[in-house]
Amino acid sequence: MTTLTNPPGPAKTPGPVDVHQELYGARLPSWGPRAVLGGAVVVAAALYVLAGVNVMLAALIVFAISLLLPVWSVVVEGRRKATDRLVTVLVTSSFVLAMFPLFSILYTVITKGTKVLGVDFFTFSMRNVVGEGGGIYHALAGTLLITGAATVISVPIGMFTAIYLVEYADGNRLSRWIRFLVDVMTGIPSIVAGLFAYALFVLFFGEGVRMGIGGSVALSVLMIPVVVRSTEEMLKLVPNELREASYALGVPKWRTVSKVVLPTALAGIVTGITLAIARVIGETAPLLIIAGATDSVNFNLFDGRMASLPVFAYTSVRNPGVPPEFSIDRAWGAALTLLLIVMLLNLIARLVSYYFSPKGER
Amino acid sequence: MAKSIDVSDLNIYYGDFLAVEDVTIPIAAKSVTAFIGPSGCGKSTFLRSLNRMHEVIRGARVEGKVLIDGQDLYGSDMDPVNVRRMIGMVFQRPNPFPTMSIYDNVLAGQKLNSKRMKKSEADDIVERSLRSAGLWTEVKERLDRPGSGLSGGQQQRLCIARAISVEPEILLMDEPCSALDPISTSVIEDLIHELKSQYTIVIVTHNMQQAARVSDETAFFNLSGVGKPGRLIEVGRTETIFSNPTDPATEAYIQGRFG
Repeated sequence: MTTLTNPPGPAKTPGPVDVHQELYGARLPSWGPRAVLGGAVVVAAALYVLAGVNVMLAALIVFAISLLLPVWSVVVEGRRKATDRLVTVLVTSSFVLAMFPLFSILYTVITKGTKVLGVDFFTFSMRNVVGEGGGIYHALAGTLLITGAATVISVPIGMFTAIYLVEYADGNRLSRWIRFLVDVMTGIPSIVAGLFAYALFVLFFGEGVRMGIGGSVALSVLMIPVVVRSTEEMLKLVPNELREASYALGVPKWRTVSKVVLPTALAGIVTGITLAIARVIGETAPLLIIAGATDSVNFNLFDGRMASLPVFAYTSVRNPGVPPEFSIDRAWGAALTLLLIVMLLNLIARLVSYYFSPKGER
Repeated sequence: MAKSIDVSDLNIYYGDFLAVEDVTIPIAAKSVTAFIGPSGCGKSTFLRSLNRMHEVIRGARVEGKVLIDGQDLYGSDMDPVNVRRMIGMVFQRPNPFPTMSIYDNVLAGQKLNSKRMKKSEADDIVERSLRSAGLWTEVKERLDRPGSGLSGGQQQRLCIARAISVEPEILLMDEPCSALDPISTSVIEDLIHELKSQYTIVIVTHNMQQAARVSDETAFFNLSGVGKPGRLIEVGRTETIFSNPTDPATEAYIQGRFG
């Protein structure tokens, strides 16, 4: 029995300091990670300035020095926290690495594109322009018209397909085939979509046909699978209980779908559609084939060549004329405009999902 | 208003699987009938077959007869949509429509069917339904707020208001209190007592005391074994079932020695 009793002397009640020690353990000072990162940046910057190492090598040096943080941690804090620090360093570095191309593109396009931006740039076409001046009015109009028409074609087809798949198909054989083919469609190279549209229009209008609407058809081929997939996912997210609640009120299925399921999923669907538009608006290859290139404004989707921003940028660089710099500047301007449109679309998607999503739970 | 239900020899299948076997039960108009029994014994399936909601699940079908005031619920000329307008349902989990305000949720039955009505008429229906559901005083100031912002108990009463706003003859409740706290539960039980004067109510519950408190009749369902279909063991006056059941299985279940 004596072995079980407490040792004599003062009871072993750990003081507050002991509890703190046991619960928190040894930790790096809170400025530790920042200090390591700061030191790494300082060393890399010094090498960049003084020894003239290039930017990529400097970034690599920052990464290598950051790896000292887990080493320091394993000495002070122990294995578990050191692993946490190591993974934090790796994840953060991957993120920074992924951001490199994005910022590089943004930086290049913005610095090279802004100098031509101006009222003239957006209100003049390239008709009878040689050398300086001119603008992208015709290409901007063409891009908006072609993409708009592509949206008008794709959204009903895509949404109805998704509604069929989720609400009506019940996983039957047809729906499995549709899903499979939609997946295949997602992988179609854009040039093939362009050739398809061209072949289709040749059947009706003969060889050498060029039409804006053909570009819309080609873009729809690329857009429909994206719309189907995103709408399908959003419809699947609508809880079955809402459908049952609606049925139990004696609401027919089509009204349940149109008035309960679609409104509940609306924010997600609109976001998906906006992102699908952003995805196809920069397509070049199919438009090069079927919509062609022109220097003039053309508002008629059904008649003749139609310029578009990506094709404009491509042809401006490909055949810059003499002297080439004005044309190349305009190409950067067109690229910047395209980038701004895509950013605007993404912003709209955010706003839509904020304002349309079901209220009360956010 | 308030119709009786007469079920005879009902078998319910999911595909080839016989889920509920051979149920015969009369349910009187303006009464509360409670279904009790262990999980998976087919209470909810049977309840859903009373307004053809089980048909939402693929492959579900029934054999036998369900008569609502003498009309065959499964007759070839019966439209399930009309059946559900006549027989309302409240579910286990509160499920107000998240895109709609409290006001619109109550009127969902009318709005979703695009029924035209005057504003005053609509206001009347909303107030009457919410009063019947005991929710009016709590929400009258914020009818335009989303229904999903209410507490769980309030949401469930909102769902009851939604179900009774279309003036059904019969109200089916599938464990309406299982997700609620005792206070909300007692509010809803009081509500069932009041609704009894106008509707025929059938309620599935896992709470024996609740069955004893709210129901006139109690039906006990049980499984004869794993993978076997659920059966109706006995049905009778609630007092009788709880004090002097005929079947030993019922007695064992009620006394908590089983299930």
